[in-house]
Amino acid sequence: MSAEARQEPRGKNGRAPDVFHRGGWIPMREYSPDEEVDFAIVGTGAGGATLACRLAEAGFRVVAFDAGAWWRPLEEFASDETHQAKLYWTDERIVDGENPLQLGSNNSGKAVGGSMVHFAMVSLRFRPEWFQSRTKLGYGVDWPLDWREMWRYYTEVEHTLGISGPVRYPWGPKRPRYPYRPHEVNAAGLVLARGCEALGIPWTPTPLATLSAPRGDAHQCVYRGFCVSGCSTNAKQSTLVTWIPRAVHAGAEIRDLAMVGRIEVGENGLASGVHFHREGRWQFQRARNVVVAGYAIETPRLLLMSANGRFPHGLANSSGLVGKNLMVQANQAAWGTMREEIRWYKAPPSLALTEHWNYTDEGKDFFGGYCYMSQGPLPVVWAATQTSRGLWGDALVSEMAKYNHQAGLKIVGETLPQERNRVTLADEKDGLGLPVARVTWSMCDNDRRLVRHALDYMRRALAAAGATGIWTQDDDTCHLNGTARMGFDRETSVVNADCRSWDIPNLWICDGSVFPTVGGVNPSLTIQAIACRTADRIRALAARGEL
Amino acid sequence: MSGRPSPNGRTHSRITAASGGVLAKRDSPSWDEITRTVVDARLATPNAARFLGPSHWRALVALCACVVPQHNATESGDRIPVAALVDGKLLEDRRDGFRDARLPPLRDAWSIGLAALDAECESAYGQPLADLSDEQRRAIVTRMQHGELKHRAWRGMPCEVFFTKRVLHDVCSAYYAHPAAWDELGFGGPANPRGYVRLGFDRHDPWEAPARRDANEAARGERDDER
Repeated sequence: MSAEARQEPRGKNGRAPDVFHRGGWIPMREYSPDEEVDFAIVGTGAGGATLACRLAEAGFRVVAFDAGAWWRPLEEFASDETHQAKLYWTDERIVDGENPLQLGSNNSGKAVGGSMVHFAMVSLRFRPEWFQSRTKLGYGVDWPLDWREMWRYYTEVEHTLGISGPVRYPWGPKRPRYPYRPHEVNAAGLVLARGCEALGIPWTPTPLATLSAPRGDAHQCVYRGFCVSGCSTNAKQSTLVTWIPRAVHAGAEIRDLAMVGRIEVGENGLASGVHFHREGRWQFQRARNVVVAGYAIETPRLLLMSANGRFPHGLANSSGLVGKNLMVQANQAAWGTMREEIRWYKAPPSLALTEHWNYTDEGKDFFGGYCYMSQGPLPVVWAATQTSRGLWGDALVSEMAKYNHQAGLKIVGETLPQERNRVTLADEKDGLGLPVARVTWSMCDNDRRLVRHALDYMRRALAAAGATGIWTQDDDTCHLNGTARMGFDRETSVVNADCRSWDIPNLWICDGSVFPTVGGVNPSLTIQAIACRTADRIRALAARGEL
Repeated sequence: MSGRPSPNGRTHSRITAASGGVLAKRDSPSWDEITRTVVDARLATPNAARFLGPSHWRALVALCACVVPQHNATESGDRIPVAALVDGKLLEDRRDGFRDARLPPLRDAWSIGLAALDAECESAYGQPLADLSDEQRRAIVTRMQHGELKHRAWRGMPCEVFFTKRVLHDVCSAYYAHPAAWDELGFGGPANPRGYVRLGFDRHDPWEAPARRDANEAARGERDDER
């Protein structure tokens, strides 16, 4: 094994790690900091890596930066929840508000590939009406994107990731076949199925970004169950093993262990490049365009940190909306004990789901929707779930002993945008002397009503499936979106439909930050679809001389 | 009693590969090289303070014994050196990526919290936490959980936030990261390159530990209670 990935950069000297071979390397193009590249992209997660790949393939000169390490999963990902914290953003962030968030392992990656390296692989499309939630459903704000256009980009992403999914998806408009067949549903998923069938609503094997048959250098999923600690077999089709190798092959340079601390904006009001810290020193990369793709905390943090005399409140912030409207998703659960052995640690954690309450508007006392999925927490996460209801001592130890008989249902639920939920800069500084992010989040009444509805329903579903001792976990969240929303005009949004900032025409934002609303499904597929669309738009604009 | 601190300075003895336990698979296709390295290092953690001073260490050991009691401790002490694992987190200043605004950074929170707990015990019982009975320890921890401890030694840190976000989080993540705790659960443990095949109800692969009878009985007992 070569030197530890966090000690020194691997993407340099004309080569990059080959994630498919132990100790392997692939050639990588390199750009000089003095060379004005077409695009400097900050972040290599679902937004940044996808865009880097598509822009490089379109012939643009691209350098993408990531603060994290460039791992080779086959030899460096242990089957261990604790050790794999090396994939998470564990630098200090301060959380407050009425419902302080859990970050780190919960939703924040720090690695080439971003949070997709440890995501749960759930790959769902938005309900079409959510792109016009204000007009069609009466809440939130409309997106400047058309769902039919997004439907085509979803298809592209599903093929790029080799999504395994059901032959017929029970909800929404017709969609093409998933490229790979669904995975066998484990006992935890069959509990969900039983509950749905007893209550008379549809369920389906979850569309997942993990292979159900071999593909290229990756073999199919072997059901280890450590998915959210990082996949050591490459069955998981994360950015790290899909978009990034493709981007490198197309001529993009990826710089690992490179923390961007400031975007430079010149006298002409245009971005001129980025200041990044790598190998112990600050450096500057010149660029004709800068794309921020750091996810909904690091993106506004960088825009705010880059304030200057001309833009004293941060870049792209004439609307005052940078950092505001942070949206997580509700992630509450119902848990119970089954007579049968479940052993939910086997296979991907969420093999079955229902989107019934995303697509049904009747019988709700709240706006928005939620899906719910079967669960498979490993011991450390399960202990945190049990302690979240205040258990300790003998009560905790004896509850934990029921591990192999537990089953659970967990939502991904829509929360509404609120300007008071936001990312700001704290006085405290990080190791590089940059201000740490302060993340403020509180539920609103609608969020609470949605959660109450979901918990009541999932209790019934678990009981109908035969669970006893049912209890609910009332306070969990997941995912991060908003904070640089896209929209129709510069007064009420930060970027336009093309992810181009209203204020600085060569500054773009391309990640979950641009979501005006979040819907009730995991965001990664939508982030990638937006990035694909943005790449096509950039190509079209360049062809017209409008870049 | 079970939860007593084990003597300082004793190296935690390597757990033997008990039949059917997770460690029995260490040299099987269920474990890969990096996993062996990582778990071996955890098992080799000396059961002693490397970061905390003596009084803080004694308080932490007592607190851990209260939060995750080890009733089946062996002659040589607890099977899981949970306090040492928490102390290791402090030694490396291993943070989680978020911090409740009401708490100071990791090391400061623990330092203040452990000192404050001892101060509370001194004023309530005339002795530090480590010298209290199990019952007294549980009483003081219960008051901490309910936000009832207000000694000035807390320096404004809300005791219930410290308990929820630091004590429960750090102690339980350390405890349930240990193979001996995995065996208490019946968890299959590391699984690479060999994963699993039998996924359905009441199925387990030949390389998984058979069902724990007491867990089955607990599951069934709970069911009967509710009928």
